[in-house]
Amino acid sequence: MSVLHPVLASFDGALEFIFEPQTSNVTGGKKVGGFDQALELMLKQLEVTILALALALIVALPIGLYLGHRGKGELLAIGLGNAGRAIPELALIALVAALIGVGLVNVTLALAVLGIPPILTNAFIGVRQVDPASVDAARGMGMSEFEIVRKVELPLAIPTVMGGVRGAAIAIVATATIAPLAGVETLGDFIINASIYGDDGRLAGAILVALLALGLEGLLALLQRRLTSDGLKLQTG
Amino acid sequence: MTIHRTRLRVLLAAFAALALTLGVAACGDSDDDNSTTGGGDSGGAIVSNPDNAKVNLTIGSKNFPEQEILGEIYAQALRAAGYTVKSALNLGSETVALKAVKTGQISGYPEYASTALTSFFGLEPEEVPANADEAWEKANEEFEKEGLEAFEPTPFASANAVGTTKKTAEKYDLRTVSDLEGVSEKLSLYGSPECRQRIDCLAGLEQLYGLKFKSFTPVDIGLRYTVLEKGQADLSILFTTDPQLSAESDKFVILKDDKEVFPAGNIIFVTKKATVEKAGKDYEETILQVQEGLTLKVMQELDARVELEKQTPKEAAAAYLKSAGYTG
Repeated sequence: MSVLHPVLASFDGALEFIFEPQTSNVTGGKKVGGFDQALELMLKQLEVTILALALALIVALPIGLYLGHRGKGELLAIGLGNAGRAIPELALIALVAALIGVGLVNVTLALAVLGIPPILTNAFIGVRQVDPASVDAARGMGMSEFEIVRKVELPLAIPTVMGGVRGAAIAIVATATIAPLAGVETLGDFIINASIYGDDGRLAGAILVALLALGLEGLLALLQRRLTSDGLKLQTG
Repeated sequence: MTIHRTRLRVLLAAFAALALTLGVAACGDSDDDNSTTGGGDSGGAIVSNPDNAKVNLTIGSKNFPEQEILGEIYAQALRAAGYTVKSALNLGSETVALKAVKTGQISGYPEYASTALTSFFGLEPEEVPANADEAWEKANEEFEKEGLEAFEPTPFASANAVGTTKKTAEKYDLRTVSDLEGVSEKLSLYGSPECRQRIDCLAGLEQLYGLKFKSFTPVDIGLRYTVLEKGQADLSILFTTDPQLSAESDKFVILKDDKEVFPAGNIIFVTKKATVEKAGKDYEETILQVQEGLTLKVMQELDARVELEKQTPKEAAAAYLKSAGYTG
């Protein structure tokens, strides 16, 4: 109990911070935190995340599907996909800042780069895993290659593809906390600026990011259920 | 056959990616502390005392160049004095750093006396003594209540400053911060993320100067000149010790803080009293000895080595200790 208590106490402080503005040493008397600011930062974090995820989808999904359909470019899809995960995000933001400056565009681009690898790799693998017999049957029925991708391969690959999208979403929403370093004030503001918000603010920021990530994950899981064809659901129980 | 080749290629790709990951990781990890720079007793002014070897010290600093250079200077000097020294030069803010001292994760770190007084002890910027010794004594009084101690201040002081390009300054005829009255509504201001709410930054400019800006955009401290150069920012929060201000004085200027909203701070080394007792007299003596040469000019030059010439803080610190004769 004695170990647990201070932990609980700090959660108390963080929760209070989310709902009630708190005093701070360095602001000249102005209170910080509270529900309005928390909500504003949370919405900003969500906005950046959705923009970046959309951009990542637009770039990575067609390439992944195409390469998977053609059965070519594994080195690209998987190698590049994995290498992409190793790019240090902060360095990327600084690089983009030097090229186009800071702001929403910068952050969206940098975060999209983070979302591309999992979507690309999973789309590729998902399509490759489709039973060749199904594809042959579709071709035999006279479907065009595009139709095969759209009506056969993509629906059958949905669980794998969505796995990639969900991974990308989580990575992006978590990493969007560094956006205040490039001109966009997200929940990272609470986390980065301990001198203003203190430990309560930092923990509050972390809690809100975690909630946001869980919410997003839940939404995408629902979407996945909607998109998955009933035949596949039966198969997987 | 095709399956076999596919596997092989996937495997190769995986290895390639792994190699890349490791490479990147290795690049990022440059703060190792097995340096042999400034190693000891060969004619340098710092004398290595073998008794100190059993004392483990961890020197911290905040995560921007000037702090990292100072951290390296102290760490290397203490190593030269015979201590077993590690460094942790990437602490995110003074709150994190102070906590690390209190919990013993680091032995001590350099802090600006002004920051200590405003951020830790709640003084208003105008209450910070302009005199370095007075500010130190005031801070030390407070530190002592918490079982901490601050060593005497460095010769140089650093402060935030509103900076701009020479062009913008000429266009609006800006010399002091007060000159911004009437034009600030047309100008965008960039500063570190914490600047918006801090009384010794944007909050002070708004409340104490009564200025309103077209916009405030938070950016990483490392970008404070980039945003001016790219023309994104009309005004940017700079530091008075910035080497760019002397090296590129034809490009950048700072506005005089005529209402003294940005208190200047000399560096004081913050540590625990218990550490001072445990480490013995060489601890404080070495630190005070090597910071004696740190005038504004020297600090600007050291900042220039790192920020403009892209030396590592470790190299810059070693060069300083050597040229000042502290190490051999």
